[in-house]
Amino acid sequence: MELIIFYVFSSILVLSAIMMITVKNPVMAAFYLVLSFFATAPIWLLLEAEFLAVTLVLVYVGAVMVLFLFVVMMLDINIATLRKGFVKMLPIGVAAALTMLMSMIMVFNSGYFSIEKYAVPERHSADYNNTAELGQILYTEYLLHFEVAAVILLVAIIAAITLTHRRRANTKHQDIDKQVRVKSSERLKIVEVKAEKRK
Amino acid sequence: MLTDINLVLPEIFLLVMISIILIIDLFLKDESRGATYVLSIVTLITTAFLVINNSPETTQLAFHKSFVVDPMSVILKSVSLLVVAAVFIYSRDYLVDRNFYKGEFFTLSLFGVLGMMLMISSANFLTLYLGLELMSLTMYAMVAMQRDSDIAAEAAMKYFVLGAIASGMLLYGMSIIFGVANSLNLAEINQAISVSENRLALSFGLVFIILGIAFKLGAVPFHMWMPDVYDGSPTAITTYIATAPKIAAFVMLYRVMVEGMSGMMVDWQSILIILSVASMFIGNIIAIAQSNIKRLFAYSTISHVGFILMGVITGTDNGYSASMFYTISYVLMSLAGFGIILLMSRAGFEANNIEDYSGMNQKSPWFAFIMLITLFSMAGVPPMLGFWAKVSVLQEAVNAGLVWFAVAGVAASIIGAYYYLRVVKVLYFDKPKDDTPIQASMDMRLLLSANGISMLALGIFPTSLLALCVDAI
Repeated sequence: MELIIFYVFSSILVLSAIMMITVKNPVMAAFYLVLSFFATAPIWLLLEAEFLAVTLVLVYVGAVMVLFLFVVMMLDINIATLRKGFVKMLPIGVAAALTMLMSMIMVFNSGYFSIEKYAVPERHSADYNNTAELGQILYTEYLLHFEVAAVILLVAIIAAITLTHRRRANTKHQDIDKQVRVKSSERLKIVEVKAEKRK
Repeated sequence: MLTDINLVLPEIFLLVMISIILIIDLFLKDESRGATYVLSIVTLITTAFLVINNSPETTQLAFHKSFVVDPMSVILKSVSLLVVAAVFIYSRDYLVDRNFYKGEFFTLSLFGVLGMMLMISSANFLTLYLGLELMSLTMYAMVAMQRDSDIAAEAAMKYFVLGAIASGMLLYGMSIIFGVANSLNLAEINQAISVSENRLALSFGLVFIILGIAFKLGAVPFHMWMPDVYDGSPTAITTYIATAPKIAAFVMLYRVMVEGMSGMMVDWQSILIILSVASMFIGNIIAIAQSNIKRLFAYSTISHVGFILMGVITGTDNGYSASMFYTISYVLMSLAGFGIILLMSRAGFEANNIEDYSGMNQKSPWFAFIMLITLFSMAGVPPMLGFWAKVSVLQEAVNAGLVWFAVAGVAASIIGAYYYLRVVKVLYFDKPKDDTPIQASMDMRLLLSANGISMLALGIFPTSLLALCVDAI
């Protein structure tokens, strides 16, 4: 049963990942990425990483990808310019990818990563709490790293604001003080216009 | 737990102060931005004081062996902190002139320093990686800060994309090593490597880790970003990028290769030798063709990285301390070199071309002399500091039996001497293009003079700094 679930979701994952990099429309590509996240979550569940599986769906699908889709839709992406130089660069890319693939196959087929070398991990009982365990380790063993990760997020906020926030001289904004102190004479200007004679 | 906190006290102090500066800066008007500047420098100096004052006598580990405080970390952290403080002093006038004197410059730089301190103290792949990301993220943002400049945007994009790929490669290599060693702790990895039979996977992971480190150091063939970033970003930010982060990159090399993977020394030596020889030659040869002084310094940095690698390649403790000595000397030289560029730049004028320095001797004999010391030191002319740095690294290479490698190093530095001397010729023998006097505040003049003289003084009396580096390893 587990094997069936694994194969179903991993084939969806591989297919959607391939589609994501081959489809022409960036919005479709983002949707395929969402699908591949959805397909990854059950595989993580099979590995008893419930908390990560839930966060993947909630955070990545629910927040990150929604924002991402929003940006992709707002931007006017010209696919023709993106694909420019694709053919020229293709041989280098293929050569690099093949070298990488060959060395990965060599490493993982060497026998040191085979099933006999690694014992099958024991299944935890139903009352095992993955989230509590994660919290436990995060606030003890990885306390320093957890805090540093928070600092990195703070830096990301500062960097993003620095790069995008810009005070323009002619920005229109309300000044409530001025609005309250305004007098009728400033708002209404009576201009006398001479009546024109009808021709 | 309490001793753990005591060991990271300098980092905690720095973080708290950055947060305070961040909030105070929000309420400051542009005229009173000087408060941020003063606070930042005071913070850096106080943190350096805490680092030195808080140093334990022996090597101490904290936070489940993920953070290490040893003599090397104390020296390099205090050097980094003081160097960044000097960068702030050098760049103040430059920033004010360019309407760039903003709180973000200071807070981002300080966060970068925090990242460097973590890298210097890392005893664990995760600490190292997080420190690296903290440092790199601030540098990407700082390069991009000049939004109206096309070359700055291009440099930032290049730096960011290549840096992200390098980080990914580094992380991938770490994950392979973790798969074999089953630990992220550098000491435990070293033990696991010595008993592991899975050499294939280990060397596969090693290649990716070296790639990531070589990118951060700027070793050939991962040097492409350096000239563009050095040239594209405002000189104040180039000064920051060219100095303190190199110390952190050296520590990353040392911690991972020596403390984490000395069991694979034969493998990494053979890879690093290629990188080192290529960096020394390509850096020095391409530098000859540069007419832009920031690009010239970028290529000269690449060649210095080759020498820093040379000391580590020897695989001996003396070699490591020679590399550390070289790194500190390089940072001092680089700081002075960019200090001069900042000194010569003024409102509406960037002294980026070598010909902008023509006849500097007639404008200011003293600062032309400081530039002369800096260039001679970079070229390795005795009795400057750079000479001893080169000698100690070359000597260790010869002692390790790598005579051809040392000969290659000497040949590369002779090529390098040409372009340094060409700048000296421009300084002393060319006619000045204009007669605008050099304007600089008193603190900058004093610090730059001290920086230049320190290279001469440490060159005449190098034993104290050398002994410090020998004790640190």
